[in-house]
Amino acid sequence: MRLRDCNYCGRSRFSAPILWLLCCSREVFALPAHSLSPTNIFAPASTPAHSILGVSLFVLAVTGAIFVVVFSLLVYTVVRFRKKIDEASEPAQVYGSTQVEVAWTVVPTLLVVALFMATVRVIADTQRVARPYNALEVIAIGHQFWWEYRYPGLGIVTANELHVPVSDSGRATPTFLSLLSADTDHSFWVPRLAGKTDLIPNHPNQMWIDPRETGLFLGQCAQYCGTQHAKMLLRVYVQTADEFDQWVKAQRQTARPTSAASEGQRIFESTACVNCHAVAGTPAKGRFGPDLTHLMSRDTIAAGVAANTDENLRRWIRNPDEIKPGSRMPAMQLNETQLDAVTAYLETLH
Amino acid sequence: MSTNSISWSNDVAESRPFVDLIHEWVTTVDHKRLGLLYIGFAMTFLIVGGIEATVMRLQLIRPHNDLVSPQVFNRLFTMHGTTMIFFVVMPILFGFGNYLIPLMIGSRDMAFPRLNAFSFWVMAFGGLLLYFSLVGANGLYGAGNAPDVGWFAYAPLTSQTFSPGHSTDFWTLAILVSGFGSIGTAINILATILCMRCPGMSLGKMPLFAWLYLVTAGLVVLAISPLTAAQIMLLIDRYLGGHFFDTQAGGSAVIWMHFFWVFGHPEVYVLVLPAFAFASEIIPVFSRKPIFGYSVMVAATVAIGFISMSVWAHHMFTVGMGPGANTFFVLSTMAIAVPTGIKIFNWLGTMWGGNIEFSTPMLFCIAFLFQFLIAGLTGIMQACAPFDWQLGSSYFVVAHFHYVIVGAILFCTFAALYYWFPKMTGRMYNERLGRLHFWLFLIGFHLTFDFMHIPGLLGMPRRIYTYEPGRGWDIWNLIITIGVFFQAAAILVLLVNLLWSFWRGTRAGNDPWDAWTLEWSVPSPPPPYNFYSIPAILSRRPLWDLKHPNDPDWKYEGTP
Repeated sequence: MRLRDCNYCGRSRFSAPILWLLCCSREVFALPAHSLSPTNIFAPASTPAHSILGVSLFVLAVTGAIFVVVFSLLVYTVVRFRKKIDEASEPAQVYGSTQVEVAWTVVPTLLVVALFMATVRVIADTQRVARPYNALEVIAIGHQFWWEYRYPGLGIVTANELHVPVSDSGRATPTFLSLLSADTDHSFWVPRLAGKTDLIPNHPNQMWIDPRETGLFLGQCAQYCGTQHAKMLLRVYVQTADEFDQWVKAQRQTARPTSAASEGQRIFESTACVNCHAVAGTPAKGRFGPDLTHLMSRDTIAAGVAANTDENLRRWIRNPDEIKPGSRMPAMQLNETQLDAVTAYLETLH
Repeated sequence: MSTNSISWSNDVAESRPFVDLIHEWVTTVDHKRLGLLYIGFAMTFLIVGGIEATVMRLQLIRPHNDLVSPQVFNRLFTMHGTTMIFFVVMPILFGFGNYLIPLMIGSRDMAFPRLNAFSFWVMAFGGLLLYFSLVGANGLYGAGNAPDVGWFAYAPLTSQTFSPGHSTDFWTLAILVSGFGSIGTAINILATILCMRCPGMSLGKMPLFAWLYLVTAGLVVLAISPLTAAQIMLLIDRYLGGHFFDTQAGGSAVIWMHFFWVFGHPEVYVLVLPAFAFASEIIPVFSRKPIFGYSVMVAATVAIGFISMSVWAHHMFTVGMGPGANTFFVLSTMAIAVPTGIKIFNWLGTMWGGNIEFSTPMLFCIAFLFQFLIAGLTGIMQACAPFDWQLGSSYFVVAHFHYVIVGAILFCTFAALYYWFPKMTGRMYNERLGRLHFWLFLIGFHLTFDFMHIPGLLGMPRRIYTYEPGRGWDIWNLIITIGVFFQAAAILVLLVNLLWSFWRGTRAGNDPWDAWTLEWSVPSPPPPYNFYSIPAILSRRPLWDLKHPNDPDWKYEGTP
């Protein structure tokens, strides 16, 4: 597999200058598109999203041309052949014309063939790709209503915030995602990185990304999965190789809670919390909810819904429905002291 | 054939006791009355589904709005989709078919009048069953619980695990039951068109309307059957321990998608072909020319019917079918654009060189052509699988299929409503109110559905009850919601027009449009037996032949 900025610049038969200009000139196109929305499909930052944009612009150009032609014909017909006030007689009765019918059958057929060829190339370039040896492997598991990420090669388990290394032209390090679901159908959609792929129980899927720039890329679940489908947000942190290595190092350590939090830890481990949550190195080994070993390394809680602050964390533990009604986490009916203690414990999980 | 010879005038009907009148309508097997029942039923549900849409749009008017809870929002979009597809568009199209097919082919009723009545009442029962979930789903205690699994109800969300209680059962049973009604009506339409045409009306001399309904009916039989099968499988899963869609026990969520969309995509053509049927009758009359390329139109219709059976998995480009299957469905989906394009060109060809008269039905048809063109082109964009990996399940898709269902189908249905209103009631509608309806609805439609494409391109997925600020979606959602009010106002104008004209409209006479098909040769409204004597025809436009004895169509058509 060769990773390129754009499929159309490398070797494509469709690499007409106009197309090259459209899909490759970031100055003209990508920057304003990105500032319009952080989830704009016209601001790709990874090869799959970029090749999709290439074929999309070709399709848009062809359909745009068809629209202009047919729309002009329609307007011309309506204006030119409107009934004149003084017209009483019937117009000439015309029943059809074989030549015209043949013309407007053959031309659309040719257009369809062209569109089909362009499409097939991108399908193959995106879906028929072998995993290179240096690719990062991540298992993404959809849950109602959060994301679990497991890095089998690195021994990391985390939730909701996916960290991947940047894949610049000097050193291509794509990330290959195995997509699984623990319950209902979900869909992984970060528009600037790739098209969406569904996570379906009992039907493992694959997708890959190779982000070309660092930063935070947003998205959200794109397949209706239940009550809180709307608040199942995606956050992908693309980091430089060094930053990523540091993150990996930190994530591989087990939790080291301080003694101040021990009361909170006792409550946490003696209530139902541990049925669903895991904290590595402690008796908490639940897998139904997000792994909390390095909770404080995350910017957000509740699948990207709220900032990971002291106040939000406490509010969330007291009653998750207040932030995310329909969430699967129950309110544990803790009193104020217990809430303070558990929050304090969780805040030690760096 | 004058009105005097008909003993069934409105005055006689109105002077009967009210109970008798109800009894007559409930026990009727007359295709015209059943047609009107279908249309009335559909209009009622149109208002219900419209209110659901309005509440959803109010909820989405700004980010983090909390007008309704996520639970209620999920029920709203499920009920909106199910209602609009199964209990608005399908019945209204069956209604027009029922009313008009026998009149157009010179028959006195449908082939199986009792089956016809059964089909209607079964469908009505299905609709009531769906809405009974509002009180019945939780066993009548407290607030009810409407279905909330989405109108395509992907497995395993519909399993007992994720959808306890009975709301999903109401959804399943409603569709199962109304499906039997649809199949009954489809068989009836097939038999009627194939066996009950008047003397002289060979298949090649039928109005295009009949051809389109023939193909529609065939598609209904082929498409509703797998849906019915899937619903039964779902019931078996939920109550008899089956594992068809139970992913925990080796079942397949993907197989439900295949079953649903092998119904779902032909269904789109089931809905749109009758709309084509209306356009194919209305455009020629208001252009004062015969339909351009009749035989090509028939061929394109049949081609659409066949190809539409092989495109279903383009709804599944994101489920990981692999490059081979994706490629096949890209090709078949793009291929269907060719016969569809031919249809648009032939309608344009019909208008070309005519004297186009801008009455309300024609205005709706012209808007239909424009909107259907756009809907087709956005369809091609999504037929391109990679583009669909971005567009699928986003607001772009929502905009696209509303462009088809509202912009094409509903616009054509409004055109049909105005065009045949004089025939059905004997009175003309108010042209001024009709135009007001058209312009209000046109503005509302474009405000709502043009701008709905944009948040989709900016990454907004469908079926979310709220969204985050700062995604660039806010302004578009505001505009979309504003459009809804124009549409609602337009529907009010339509209702006022229909009701006012029903009682106060001027008498229409047999043939207010100077039209050419057989339904305009009988009084308005037609007598129960339709035709005093069964007509015999020589061409596709029998009334043209009557009105132009020196220059009749049958001299030119050259059909066998």
